[in-house]
Amino acid sequence: MADKILKKLNIKVWRQNNAADKGRFETYTIDNISGGSSFLEMLDILNNKLILEDKDPIAFDHDCREGICGTCSLFINGRAHGPDEDITTCQLHMRKFKEGETITIEPWRAASFPVIKDLVVDRTAFEKILQAGGFISVRTGGVPDANSIPIPYEDVEESMDAASCIGCGACVAACKNSSAMLFVAAKVSHLGKLPQGRVEAKQRARSMVSKMDELGFGGCTNTRACEVECPKNISITHIARLNREYLTARLSE
Amino acid sequence: MSILDSKIPQGPLAEKWSRHKTAIKVVSPANKRKLEIIVVGTGLGGASAAASLAELGYNVKAFCYQDSPRRAHSIAAQGGINAAKNYQNDNDSVYRLFIDTIKGGDYRSREGNVYRLAEVSNNIIDQCVAQGVPFGREYGGLLANRSFGGALVSRTFYARGQTGQQLLLGAYHALNRQIAAGSIEMYTRHEMLDVVIIDGKARGIITRDLVSGKIKRFGAHAVVVASGGYGNVFFLSTNAMGSNGSAAWQCYKKGAWFSNPCFVQIHPTCIPVHGDQQSKLTLMSESLRNDGRVWVPKDKAVAEKLRKGEIGPGDISEEERDFYLERRYPSYGNLVPRDVASRAAKERCDAGYGVNAEGKAVYLDFKYSIERLGKNVIEARYGNLFQMYEKITDVDPYKEPMMIYPAIHYSMGGTWVDYNLMTTIPGLYSIGEANFSDHGANRLGASALMQGLADGYFVLPYTIGDYLASEIMVPKTDTKAPEFEAAEKAVTQRIEKLFNIKGTKPVDYFYKKLGQIMWDYVGMSRNAEGLTKAIKLIKEVREEFWKDVKITGEPNNLNPELEKAGRVADFFDIGELMARDALDRNESCGGHFRDESVTDDGEAKRDDENFTYVSCWEWKGEGLEPALHKEELVFENVKLTQRSYK
Repeated sequence: MADKILKKLNIKVWRQNNAADKGRFETYTIDNISGGSSFLEMLDILNNKLILEDKDPIAFDHDCREGICGTCSLFINGRAHGPDEDITTCQLHMRKFKEGETITIEPWRAASFPVIKDLVVDRTAFEKILQAGGFISVRTGGVPDANSIPIPYEDVEESMDAASCIGCGACVAACKNSSAMLFVAAKVSHLGKLPQGRVEAKQRARSMVSKMDELGFGGCTNTRACEVECPKNISITHIARLNREYLTARLSE
Repeated sequence: MSILDSKIPQGPLAEKWSRHKTAIKVVSPANKRKLEIIVVGTGLGGASAAASLAELGYNVKAFCYQDSPRRAHSIAAQGGINAAKNYQNDNDSVYRLFIDTIKGGDYRSREGNVYRLAEVSNNIIDQCVAQGVPFGREYGGLLANRSFGGALVSRTFYARGQTGQQLLLGAYHALNRQIAAGSIEMYTRHEMLDVVIIDGKARGIITRDLVSGKIKRFGAHAVVVASGGYGNVFFLSTNAMGSNGSAAWQCYKKGAWFSNPCFVQIHPTCIPVHGDQQSKLTLMSESLRNDGRVWVPKDKAVAEKLRKGEIGPGDISEEERDFYLERRYPSYGNLVPRDVASRAAKERCDAGYGVNAEGKAVYLDFKYSIERLGKNVIEARYGNLFQMYEKITDVDPYKEPMMIYPAIHYSMGGTWVDYNLMTTIPGLYSIGEANFSDHGANRLGASALMQGLADGYFVLPYTIGDYLASEIMVPKTDTKAPEFEAAEKAVTQRIEKLFNIKGTKPVDYFYKKLGQIMWDYVGMSRNAEGLTKAIKLIKEVREEFWKDVKITGEPNNLNPELEKAGRVADFFDIGELMARDALDRNESCGGHFRDESVTDDGEAKRDDENFTYVSCWEWKGEGLEPALHKEELVFENVKLTQRSYK
């Protein structure tokens, strides 16, 4: 079945030359986009058009274009990763838009994710949170045989659900408080649901949460916006686990 | 020739690695603290190497072009990782994994390297589990396995369809732990643009800070390049948009020889090309061939109706379906290696049996497995892949068969390395997909993850000591040295040159042209006439590029067009070398298929008498023809036979 062609679209996009620049919206028009094209392919086409018009192309983050690397990060028509469920921006296809529509594209808006240029933001804060304890402290070598620790199927599945986090930052962008609780909770559950990860579980929850606070992410007020926009469908029940883990850690101090 | 000493240890195959480890030098903890190592790239190879080296006590600087090490393209590997654990009691062993990998590579890899890979495969699984990789498990709590192409045993460990992601997160966690400990300095959004050689040894790199545009110098006692493969030379591939061959190519231009560039892997199960606005291709994991059956209609007229959209796959009866892999290869069936499956799909489509509008797709059908196992089981195994397929194509693969077609996926060729993973430049190492060493002419599924982690966790941390032991008296590299000065100047001039062309066409215009040439003449089947033509055409497009490309924006700001221009400029050169290499290798082996070398029944025909060698290309200078050297492959344990999966 041939995809429909969108004859004309208006693209209203955030332009900001660097972190110091104030930034503003600009609107461009684009013609003849196939509904089977991805959203980022539409931006490629727009960029090549801008180059021919002697304009600076729009900078946006992207890499794998198959929904797994977590690089792409666009706020489209008021939604993190745009108008579709359980996908990243690179998996969004143009068939989701209407002829003649004005599509608004913004970067992630969060104090902890400053804009670098146009739609590209700096997510180094996520790196710092994980460096604060998002790991199991094992060295290379000297570990036991992989089958020496049986792990119940359900526990591994739950760990895997949480481990699916791609670190894109949609949860922060979607949250009115710019909270990173879902991101932190996903890592705490991923490792905490496994016996290997229990050893450092308390310390991990404590240090990651305190790093998150230090970096200026907001608190969680259970609006569930993060869960709705998470491209990997990570559940906020992990936040409940994080809270339990964190409280036990604090109580045992 | 001494420069091509592969340093494969003497002695029985099974003892080579352990003997070698005993023989090589070790650096004391006090001296490790004085030594600096640069690691370029943070995929499975780079991240695992950087973490392991830092744990040993070396000072490590790691670099990636992405905004986080976690985004390296290893993350996209879906199906799994092989290991010879024999947990399934199906008679697997290190030797069997070795044999499968050598045979899968069509006898164009080194016995010693491949055996070592099989040997350390089990340690990798142990390591990953200890790090918290949530591999799939049985209800009893022990690890589960699945089957993959090219093997008759079930040895692939997996984390749903996201195995690469989970393994990379494991290595990334280890990397983060060392960053936090202060033993790794991590530089994200930095791209390596040159390697610096002083007195014949690798002493550092030149990078561009992709945010500020600043050109920077970094010195070290050794440089490890883990920058992945060059599949993006085809424009459309399953690689990430930023994946590139430039780091490896700069090494080549500084004297590191480049091996088997024509060996690239074409993956049989990708979502077919759609229209002319496409920017990249999406892979559907090989693991799907465990439960999916590949077919096209038996009758051309029926295929014609499918292409016109007059009928759907459901309208075609069982008797009218040609399960051509099961028909041609009864013993391996749908699980033949990737190169065989790809060529078989192309053969059917070229013969007029393709099933999509473009005639370039075959079916991968799950109907039979869903009937046999139930939808739940299939959903549990491949849920995320099915979802991905539906999002892209708008077709529900639980109801209709997937449409698939081969696409460029992986490069087996790469920088030449010896058994220690050192290139022909002392102190310069190459690991993972960036090197050529372990997969011969075709890589088996679930072996890329195995090799990246083997190199990074268990091989390089040992072998690099052998070189660094003689560097302990060498002071910290002075980045004010004239060699750094010259390298930085060359990098800056190249950027200025690109800006100053002020042509009329964007980078993509030239890039797409290159990709088309590569796919048409250096793709799934190649011949002397086409390859000669490709070399000529590539030169023409390159010339046009350097006269007419238009780069907008500023050099001292984030500028993705500039980044792309530099990478594409190198792809022209890489593409040309691939065509030259393919032209030299007048045999069919693995992923390299020459129309001139086929058996009577149309299968690839190897020519062991004339081509049992690794081609090693030496850069001779801009505009000059490279020199070809040959490393003869010696088989002491394996008997070379014509590969058969029938």
